[in-house]
Amino acid sequence: MATTVGVVVFPGTNCEHDAVLALEALGADARLIFHADVSLTGLDAVILPGGFAHGDYLRPGAIARFSPVMEAVSAFAREGGAVVGICNGFQVLCEAHLLPGALQKNRGLTFLCEPALVRVDSTRSVLTQSATLGQLLDVPINHFSGSYTCDLETLRQLRDQERIVLRYVENPNGSVDDIAGICNEAGNVVGLMPHPERASSALLGSADGLVLLGSLLSASVA
Amino acid sequence: MVRSLVVRYHARVEVRLRPGIADPEGATIERALPALGFDGVASVRSGRCFNVELDAADLEAARSHAAELADRLLANPVIEESIIEVREA
Repeated sequence: MATTVGVVVFPGTNCEHDAVLALEALGADARLIFHADVSLTGLDAVILPGGFAHGDYLRPGAIARFSPVMEAVSAFAREGGAVVGICNGFQVLCEAHLLPGALQKNRGLTFLCEPALVRVDSTRSVLTQSATLGQLLDVPINHFSGSYTCDLETLRQLRDQERIVLRYVENPNGSVDDIAGICNEAGNVVGLMPHPERASSALLGSADGLVLLGSLLSASVA
Repeated sequence: MVRSLVVRYHARVEVRLRPGIADPEGATIERALPALGFDGVASVRSGRCFNVELDAADLEAARSHAAELADRLLANPVIEESIIEVREA
């Protein structure tokens, strides 16, 4: 039976179809979940895709966090379900306190839309468990607020518990410790700024994103 | 006749980055000011301000109401702090 992945759509989300196509190419059963839905029954994994949920008003993710679906996402995560936030989805997970820290405006106040080389620095997350430690992946970034920040104690915990799953090889945005992606203590909730769904075919310039999405699927087998 | 005893208050909520948190917007403005001929500017930190009208039983209730909405939504306590002033509208 195919792994069933729910891709959450907030008003302003714009990467949901790319995510669905990439997941389907890997053999998953991917379906869109509306932000007003309050049930995630039947899903093996949940993706919060990129975009500008609720116009990014106030702060990216600040309003989306109060969407009805987010209570279900929190419960799903608490029960060990795999939850991945990509770009705007990462910002939503931080605002919802499912991941620590926050994403600030990029250093230099520039919107960045470019390929980024990231390194797998921990394989203890659902998104990286099938990858190789130290593996370099070419996955594009597309964000204005992607500079990860947290207090020193949180950073120490992230390092000690091997929760920094992806680091930029060349820091594009001023992120603390070159962080491109982190996970929660259990490794089942992951947030990352790069877009694996946009690196899903050699025709798009890179298929490296499939390493991450494939890992998510094998980690959440139905 | 029973009349409701709520009063309308005006809350001014200023949200700004905590000290020590990088503020690229403030830094850019700070660098631009001397170019415009404004000398003697020692530092600029950016922030935003929300004007909220709210109904509450008294000033104390209005203050705690404003503090709660600032903490839960207007500011992200991880990187921001808020300063709240409340007065009768």
